[in-house]
Amino acid sequence: MYLYDDFDRTLLAERVAEFRGQVGRRLTGELNEDEFKSLRLMNGVYLQLHAYMLRIAIPYGTLASDQMRKLAHVARRYDRGYGHFTTRQNIQFNWIKLAELPDAMADLADSRLHGMQTSGNCVRNITTDQWAGVAPDEIEDPRIWAELLRQHLTLHPEFSFLPRKFKIAVSAASHDRAALAIHDLSVRLYRNGAGEVGFEVGVGGGLGRTPFLTKIIKPFLAKRDLLSYVEAVLRLYNQYGRRDNIYKARIKILVHELGAEKFGREVDAEWQSIKDGALALDPAVIAEIAARFRYPDYERLEDSPPALAAARKADARFATWVDNAVSNHKMPGYAIVTLSLKPVGKPPGDCMADQMDAIADIADRHSFSEIRVGHEQNLVLPHVRQGDLPEVFRALDAIGVATPNVGLVSDIIACPGLDYCSLANARAIPVAQEISKRFRDLDVARGLGRLHINISGCINACGHHHVGHIGILGVEKNGEEFYQITIGGRADEKAQLGTLIGPAVPYDDVPDVVEDIAQAYLELRQQSDELFIDTIERVGVEPFKERVYATR
Amino acid sequence: MTSPLQQKLKISGSSVVTANRLADGAVVYRTAEGTWTTDIDSAAVVSSAEAATSLLTAAKADGVQAVDVYVAPVKLKDGRILPANLREAIRLRGPTIELPITFGI
Repeated sequence: MYLYDDFDRTLLAERVAEFRGQVGRRLTGELNEDEFKSLRLMNGVYLQLHAYMLRIAIPYGTLASDQMRKLAHVARRYDRGYGHFTTRQNIQFNWIKLAELPDAMADLADSRLHGMQTSGNCVRNITTDQWAGVAPDEIEDPRIWAELLRQHLTLHPEFSFLPRKFKIAVSAASHDRAALAIHDLSVRLYRNGAGEVGFEVGVGGGLGRTPFLTKIIKPFLAKRDLLSYVEAVLRLYNQYGRRDNIYKARIKILVHELGAEKFGREVDAEWQSIKDGALALDPAVIAEIAARFRYPDYERLEDSPPALAAARKADARFATWVDNAVSNHKMPGYAIVTLSLKPVGKPPGDCMADQMDAIADIADRHSFSEIRVGHEQNLVLPHVRQGDLPEVFRALDAIGVATPNVGLVSDIIACPGLDYCSLANARAIPVAQEISKRFRDLDVARGLGRLHINISGCINACGHHHVGHIGILGVEKNGEEFYQITIGGRADEKAQLGTLIGPAVPYDDVPDVVEDIAQAYLELRQQSDELFIDTIERVGVEPFKERVYATR
Repeated sequence: MTSPLQQKLKISGSSVVTANRLADGAVVYRTAEGTWTTDIDSAAVVSSAEAATSLLTAAKADGVQAVDVYVAPVKLKDGRILPANLREAIRLRGPTIELPITFGI
């Protein structure tokens, strides 16, 4: 966990007091909506279809158990008893009252939580690998760099009014669990051929109506230069990004129109003028940030304790869950446990207040009081003793977060869609629910192997449909909901955008279409361990297209 | 999608003026008396662009009670006022999904 200091606490307290005054003036009419809207958005407050929505930042997806309890409190006291974890590792509450928001924010600030920069044209919550610090395949904890960027870019006066929002992801693992390539700026920590650890920097990724993957503009950047280089990128974007057309305002359009090479050269020119100035990183500063990340006092344990093997043998459900939701940890004898927030037939990413409290308790007992949020809208207990897994399973199973469907067809990423969102033009959650019900037989789902479905209720693509193995985009035609289907997208280290397979299909047909695609895959794959995405890469989209549209 | 708030005023049938209540965001409808109600059946129904513009202008002038004011299509059936599209139906009746209260432990 990262330990916040007095500066952070004072900042949050002042921010709450400021927002309380703004809300008070709005409620009396002293501020009109035009004046107030940008102020509330700066604090993560949106007005959705039925109510205000509060989005709370969870920096690099790391939550302490007391913070999770505070989220449960806010869900109960100010909302309707549940929250929704998002693809930006944040949480949203859907039914907050404006008049009560300052009190909710004050309560959140007590637990070091806030909604700053979860909306508006600024640098948004910086995301990373939900396994950061514990993943066996990472070279060092990427959260130190995410925290450095968070500190530098929080309320940064020069970058509080960018042409459009700006999303950064940081990862340090060989397998990309942070969807780097779909970010405005990607920072990948790696060791180069000379044995030095530094960053590969990409820019211009993003989905929405004009999807692009990042282009690498700096193959290797020394650690000391991270802040100055990011500053140079943001300056270029701030100066040349389009402000005349919201659809062309993201950095991806600037990079595309200028060309990545030219953009990189311009950044370099800017960077040269600042790289040796105040932003050059002193190793002592990095060491200070690193020192504020407290790691568990791990016991010296052996992998695969006998009790675990015995429990697997005694309980088939437990064994199935271990195979699906438990992953290797960098420390012997420990495990990473993923909590599925995708129970069959329920809204993806939703979590009840009682579940939040229970998860906090389980984290206290079994995960050094730490919880992570992943962009797939699941949670993680990052430090579980392997010997504790049977007890952890029973506890998670009792609260409905042990469905062994992680990474499978029913582990669907979905935006809130038209059930909540004022921008949406079709529903996403009920589509996800119907698909998960269709594949409720976990033997069938396991038989399909890793298969990611992403659903967005509009072209803004909050459900990341472009990079779903199967992507589903809701559109509206003459008052009816239709869904465009893409296949072959992926958000990992081999990121690519999916290919549209044909005309949009009606709402009721979507589960059938997914089933047709799944069936085609089973017939086309060369062997049972050829993944869905690999089959598409080998055979292309045509056989799937033929299957789906043969009878439609 | 173009938000209804950004669309030019076009009326092709019966319409009401709707908004979100400032204090809590609840969906409200403009009445003929110049007040706001959560009961769509109490909303003022207009059927011409001129009448809609007049109702909308008055509603927008009230910037304290309600926000994001716009004209929404409705259908009239058996003396009831019904939303004419899915978005408005969801605004009136709430999410089409079962809210996750049944997750309980």
